[in-house]
Amino acid sequence: MTTKSLKVDVHHLTRVEGHGNIVVDVQNGELKQCELQIVETPRFFEAMLRGRPYTDSSHITSRICGICAVGHATTSLRATEKALGVQPSEQTVLLRKLNFHGEILDSHILHAYMLVAPDFLGVGSVIPLAKSAPEVVLRALRMKKLAGDLCKAISGRHTHPIAMTVGGFTHFPGSEELAALRERLVAMRADVDATVELFSTLQMPDFSRDTEYIALHKPDEYCFIDGVIASTDGGTWPIEDYRRVTNETIVRHSSAKHTANQRESYMVGALARFNVNYDQLHPRAKAAAATLGLKPKNTNPYMNTVAQVVEIVHCVEDAIRLIDVLLARGITWEAPAPPTRLSGEGVGACDVPRGTLFHNYVIEDGKVVGANCIIPTGQNLANIEADMRKLVPEILDRTQEQITQALEMLVRAYDPCISCSTHLLNVQFV
Amino acid sequence: MSAKPKVAFFEFTSCEGCQLTVVDSLQDHPELLDAVEIVQFREAISEKGEDYAIAFIEGSCSRPSDEPKLQAIRQQAAIVVALGACAHLGGINAIRNRMPLQEVREYVYGDRAEWFETYEPRPIKDVIKVDAVIPGCPIDRREFIKAVTHLLQGRMPFIPDQPLCMECKLKENICVYTRGKVCLGPITLAGCDAICPTYGDGCEGCRGLIANPNIEAMRQVMHEHGLTDEAIDAKLSMFLTNQIMALEEAG
Repeated sequence: MTTKSLKVDVHHLTRVEGHGNIVVDVQNGELKQCELQIVETPRFFEAMLRGRPYTDSSHITSRICGICAVGHATTSLRATEKALGVQPSEQTVLLRKLNFHGEILDSHILHAYMLVAPDFLGVGSVIPLAKSAPEVVLRALRMKKLAGDLCKAISGRHTHPIAMTVGGFTHFPGSEELAALRERLVAMRADVDATVELFSTLQMPDFSRDTEYIALHKPDEYCFIDGVIASTDGGTWPIEDYRRVTNETIVRHSSAKHTANQRESYMVGALARFNVNYDQLHPRAKAAAATLGLKPKNTNPYMNTVAQVVEIVHCVEDAIRLIDVLLARGITWEAPAPPTRLSGEGVGACDVPRGTLFHNYVIEDGKVVGANCIIPTGQNLANIEADMRKLVPEILDRTQEQITQALEMLVRAYDPCISCSTHLLNVQFV
Repeated sequence: MSAKPKVAFFEFTSCEGCQLTVVDSLQDHPELLDAVEIVQFREAISEKGEDYAIAFIEGSCSRPSDEPKLQAIRQQAAIVVALGACAHLGGINAIRNRMPLQEVREYVYGDRAEWFETYEPRPIKDVIKVDAVIPGCPIDRREFIKAVTHLLQGRMPFIPDQPLCMECKLKENICVYTRGKVCLGPITLAGCDAICPTYGDGCEGCRGLIANPNIEAMRQVMHEHGLTDEAIDAKLSMFLTNQIMALEEAG
């Protein structure tokens, strides 16, 4: 039993999206304080949607986050469509899935290569990495560009998508454009293999803490859009029951609310999806997981980045498949599916890069009157703090610098998206 | 001038999408990393230097305690560039400036509203002097590259004062008004390559107003295309809330 005292105060953690501080206080071997403080400015998106036409919601909420803009827009559209009885066409569903893969790839490549890899390659950031290992950085930029180009072809741009609208799209990619993207995706397999190879050589910190893992689930596909809420502790819930799973509470040290389901906390994101939906992964992604030493259920949060690499493999393969389906059907310039009513309530859910995202709107006479968004990073905050509480006593014998780095890497592994998470609310809909 | 200008990136209330667009622009222009030295970019790097000459600031100022931080950046930087609509206009954050502040706070945080500091979101030029602007939500990659090129040549970035319609016509787009949609192209600053009309949507005004916008005529056009006053107000308040409120105040 150590009697060490320690204070860690990481002000404005770097290489994450948004502003967070890590504060740990150990006195005589006893953990007094252990917080991930969210100091991002509150953003009030839900309040801003009210009184505006339902068609504005997806364009406003995509601005919650520059990195998961397509995820917010898709979730927003699904909430609106359910509220107003809109049935999107098969083509719309296919194009949305393809667009979504573009965003998952873009976000995961950014996180794995540019934000996480420097910790393992002994550099402070991707900039010195460009000098010491230019082929790694060029590969990351090349892959990220293809992901962005995929989103651009379908919705105009990744940050913030233009052509996505309630019931469908306002612009469509040409067949030649899709065929060219398909060719580039096939050629990208070499880069994907090299990514798996690189991450199989990085030694993730040895730490584990069993928790509840939550993700959207469908029996017949690795689910990113719609489905049901599923937990590794057992149980599924319809998306509409999201409040029974998330149970939000306000804590003082965070402008983002905390959540808990069947335990004190739960985890969402790539590792949670991997644990819940392993069976639905593409065979090449399963093979990559084996190479990377990742098996469900994995309880090491540092492995979230490795699960992202597995998803990169899956999304490239599934994007190729989706393009084949779209090319075989042929692209039709079709009008968006119309609303069947102008008042109603709907919940949309997507598993965006960082985990399960919920939007819930109440619409009256075509205008939004109530809105609630629950963000993946908000759902992970309580779980990150629970990890920190277990981790700190296990590594107290290390130097202050090593402890700080281990904590920073832990938070970074979750790929937090802090500006996303700071605008929540607690409204009872009547 | 020393070998490479030192550059820093900062963000206030925003989605960090403009900085992400900066990262994306490196995909096509990796040589930029050789032309400047980035000493601070919290979203992307851990290194932290305070000796920057050029500061790019994303995000609006939406709480009093951010003002000293902006002033400190202004003191250090020879050149301050507002990066994107939030820093330039207050951006999407300013939608709530038409709503009662206390009501907005309570809607989101209930009886704990006082725990989280905020005030009316504003462009950074309301707090510190700004030397140049790269407009848009998000910024346009080519415009960012052009602005950096200008700065490296010792010139200030410059955005021509012309409405979006000019650019849209040059692209030979079919006017979205003829496709049953409304568009703020006639009053919005061009420079984005008319990307929204090109992808089938009307302009939302994210780049801000031209120097002499005829707001009344714009309202009239939208009215003739079937929009109610309320719908017109919504259209004009997505990105332009602060600018339109300032015009109203000036009469």
